[in-house]
Amino acid sequence: MNEEAERPLLSVRGLAKRYGAQVACLDVGFDLWPGEVLGVVGESGSGKTTLLDCLSGRVAADGGRVEYATASGEVVDIRRLDEPRRRRLLRTEWGVVHQNPRDGLRMGVTAGANVGERLMALGARHYGGIRGEALAWLAQVEIAGDRVDDLPETFSGGMQQRLQIARNLVTRPRLVLMDEPTGGLDVSVQARLLDLLRGLVADLGLSAIVVTHDLAVTRLLAHRLLVMRSGEVVESGLTDQVLDDPQHPYSQLLVSSVLHP
Amino acid sequence: MSAYNFAFLDEHTKRMIRRAILKAVAVPGYQVPFGSREMPLSYGWGTGGVQVTASVIGPDDVLKVIDQGADDTTNAVSIRKFFERTTGVPTTTRTDQATLIQSRHRIPETPLRAGQILVLQVPIPEPLRWLEPREAETRKMHALEEYGVMHVRLYEDITRHGRVAQTYEYPVLVNGRYMMRPSPIPKFDNPKLDMSPALLLFGAGREKRIYAVPPHTRVKSLDFEDHPFEVEHWDRPCALCGVRGVFLDEIIVDDKGGRMFACSDTDHCARRRPGGAPGPDGA
Repeated sequence: MNEEAERPLLSVRGLAKRYGAQVACLDVGFDLWPGEVLGVVGESGSGKTTLLDCLSGRVAADGGRVEYATASGEVVDIRRLDEPRRRRLLRTEWGVVHQNPRDGLRMGVTAGANVGERLMALGARHYGGIRGEALAWLAQVEIAGDRVDDLPETFSGGMQQRLQIARNLVTRPRLVLMDEPTGGLDVSVQARLLDLLRGLVADLGLSAIVVTHDLAVTRLLAHRLLVMRSGEVVESGLTDQVLDDPQHPYSQLLVSSVLHP
Repeated sequence: MSAYNFAFLDEHTKRMIRRAILKAVAVPGYQVPFGSREMPLSYGWGTGGVQVTASVIGPDDVLKVIDQGADDTTNAVSIRKFFERTTGVPTTTRTDQATLIQSRHRIPETPLRAGQILVLQVPIPEPLRWLEPREAETRKMHALEEYGVMHVRLYEDITRHGRVAQTYEYPVLVNGRYMMRPSPIPKFDNPKLDMSPALLLFGAGREKRIYAVPPHTRVKSLDFEDHPFEVEHWDRPCALCGVRGVFLDEIIVDDKGGRMFACSDTDHCARRRPGGAPGPDGA
């Protein structure tokens, strides 16, 4: 973690979202520091994905503040930011990795174009340069260079997920939001992806919020943990602390539900 | 003729369309919505172009109608007759003598001059349509100038074919601001859009949009620095008039694989040949 950082990269206070009478998020608050990986765990329907969507502005929250310290040192409230700037921020300084790679990839264009899209959106106009950058990022996520001209449809699930990660990292974002990045992958592929993510986060100094229902994923990836239930954060703390010595009854239940082969 | 108002449309409709045209001219490349009317021809045959023409035509105009470069094809003949009947204005096949030209798929080879108006018929005005299906989203992308996805398409073409394979409706950026689909003209005609001395109007009847390129406006065809925009070239001249450097149509002449390449612009071709130009309707 960067010791010199004086203020958190992302500071969330009192975030709330309802779908009619249904509470999805209630008074959620946390700080994310530069270089930190925050895990959000909880069962299905506990508001994890809604939280992520509210952070990125894909879903409009009902209340609260989401303050983000931009690369230029300015602190902006994502919820009050005008749309052009918010969309630009999302394309440059943020990345979003979806649970289903089909939501995050352009399935009709080649892997190279998928990785290059953000560069082109930011004004890159040199074909060779874009292609070179795409090849470099495919290598980073362990996809062979000769697959650069293949459609994502011909990729395995794990490769699609890695392609999605490369597509997000190409503009060197400072904050990556991941929704169940290992969901739907078999365990050996999961392990490789986690290994890769851990390496990338460390090498690039990324900050990340990882939403998952898999406690093992957070053990490997996250520095700190939020435990959510019915839209509320019931417990937070260092990952090992929460997993080894859960305080809240729900956290205890969650930890004791994990099967050990 | 007396059964119809001048140029078929009623004056209120013309005024509404003229307002849309004025707005389109004021914001080059921006698609202005308008209340498209039912016209006595089917969608896809130029309902947008006919409405624009009907709104700007006056008794002193000389009209020329082109379909795929030719003055004597069905669409050109019937639209020309339609305006002959409903306005009584003189018509011509000569580009240099027309003040108002309605066209489908081509910009004439004869350079346009100041004072002329070219009306192009547009099937689908939205350049982002096949990349982004949501209309609300494409409008937002235009508003925020988020055009990166257009280059994704060019990138794909170069990756798959070694060059940009798009040969018509080649996307352009108008006045450094709006992405525009220049109707299905071949990319050969794209350079004629740039800094054109004539006013270029685009009408899409089914999609209910009008847009414009005012005279002397920059129109840039999209490209990459290392894959610059190029137009088609032919290694032979027109088989009829012998001209080079114009857009040629490939015409199959027998059932033994025989073919010839001839000018797409029939007016330009005919005036280069001995015997002069044929009259209207190819007579």
